[in-house]
Amino acid sequence: MKAKYDVVVIGSGPAGLAAAVEAKKTGAEDVLLIERATELGGILQQCIHNGFGVEILKKDLPGPAYAQRFIDEAAQAGVELLLDAMVLDVTPAKHVYAISQWSGFAEIDARALVLAMGARERTRAQIRVPGARPAGVYTAGMAQRFVNIEGYMPGNRFVILGSGDIGMIMARRLTLEGAKVERVLEIMPFLTGLTRNYVQCLLDYDIPLQLSHTVNRIIGRSRVEAIEAVRVDEKWQPLAGTEEIIPCDTLLLSVGLIPENELSKKAGVLLDPVTNGPFVDEGMQTNVPGIFAAGNVVHIYDLVDWVTEAGFVAGRSAAKYAIAERQWMARQVKLRAGENVRYVVPHVLEKESLAQADQKLQMRVIKPIEGNVWVQVMDGENLIVRKGQRYARPGEMVTVEIPQKAYAAVQKVDQLSVRVVAR
Amino acid sequence: MAEETTKIICITCPMGCTLEVTHEGKTISKVEGHTCKKGPEYAEAELTDPRRMVTSTVKVKGGVHPLLPVFTAAPIPKPLIFDLVKLLRQVELEAPVKVGQVVVHNVLDTGVDILASRDLLPS
Repeated sequence: MKAKYDVVVIGSGPAGLAAAVEAKKTGAEDVLLIERATELGGILQQCIHNGFGVEILKKDLPGPAYAQRFIDEAAQAGVELLLDAMVLDVTPAKHVYAISQWSGFAEIDARALVLAMGARERTRAQIRVPGARPAGVYTAGMAQRFVNIEGYMPGNRFVILGSGDIGMIMARRLTLEGAKVERVLEIMPFLTGLTRNYVQCLLDYDIPLQLSHTVNRIIGRSRVEAIEAVRVDEKWQPLAGTEEIIPCDTLLLSVGLIPENELSKKAGVLLDPVTNGPFVDEGMQTNVPGIFAAGNVVHIYDLVDWVTEAGFVAGRSAAKYAIAERQWMARQVKLRAGENVRYVVPHVLEKESLAQADQKLQMRVIKPIEGNVWVQVMDGENLIVRKGQRYARPGEMVTVEIPQKAYAAVQKVDQLSVRVVAR
Repeated sequence: MAEETTKIICITCPMGCTLEVTHEGKTISKVEGHTCKKGPEYAEAELTDPRRMVTSTVKVKGGVHPLLPVFTAAPIPKPLIFDLVKLLRQVELEAPVKVGQVVVHNVLDTGVDILASRDLLPS
């Protein structure tokens, strides 16, 4: 792993994969993709249902197959990977601190950074479901991971709260695995997921959906034994007399996603209070120059195809930013303090400035020399220009000019040092 | 048999158009409400031979995960879905697996193969 990359992408779900691939294709020299899990793909790996890629690939693929295309592309493009790694902090200067058993504590500099951390599920605490707190209450995505990747069934009789896509897809999935889904409850008076999922996940399997209904309380001591469903009015207030006890052993919550922006905040990225994601421009750049964001970290999508597109935009912008920064750096000469010099102002010099005029450097010496001195501007051991003085003292500023005739010599270097030594 | 109108929601793409299908038994005389040519095709199939893509998992030995996600290469007849998932419970593969690899050939004599949805490396 290198200390500095053109583009660093945090998160390897659909947005991060697309951003990393596109950054490389746009001309970024090196791209590092950091992922918390042990493999790439993010939540797509547990979304084993089909329906991915219809819009941009014109193919109807399962989630893992959709991810696999971009995983393969990333490998071909030469994207570097840091898996099983946790990013701890990101600074506004695009300095990334990460930790993993492979890299230990790693500090990585990014010329451009793409935030692609996705989202988290709303939990019971965030929707304040009253009642006991027994085992058997899961978010739908958690249950999806148990069933589709780890091979555990979280229960036998389910009630699902929320008619979002994950909830409806899990209703079908659990039914196919032999469970009974008693009910899907939706607090809104309309379906919140896609209509096609209502048809192929609920109607196909005779799973009843009740709109304008929610969970009034959870019943059960050590394990969920039942839930009490209730009809709500247009202000989500429970209507007395409409309560119904539904026996079940598991309650799944499919009640929305929240963009995951803890790292964004640390990097000084401003968030839109409506989306809970960063404010972005058309290139997916945040308010912090060189920090970009894409996917559910910006706002919650309903189709992965559009997440991939957003990732492409962010990856392209990030690569262009990094390339421009490198080109800008290539036009600059750093001015370093050499022997007996404490500092030099200016710190950098635009190479082209010598086409216009001589450039004056100002500095202070570290220790006095009472006697003839040379003030020398050096390219390593090669002298660019020198000036003689009768003495040098820390209390008196020293100056030297790089003349226009040094133009050609300065074009070849990326740094110069200045020293003040006895003659 | 009298002509009747049935509302069918097309599931071919995320648009989810509501199709108004006028038909006499399984013979369609008119489809309305679609926004592309897939709509009438779907309505025809839904009345005569409804089919669905099915995705599930099979067991894998020695892989990074205990399960491999799989999918039907093409939609299969709806009445066969539960027979299919029952059959898939009996399947066990060994890692490594490549995406697109045939897991079950011509499943339940449908002419449709079951394919691996991803690469699965050995643990």
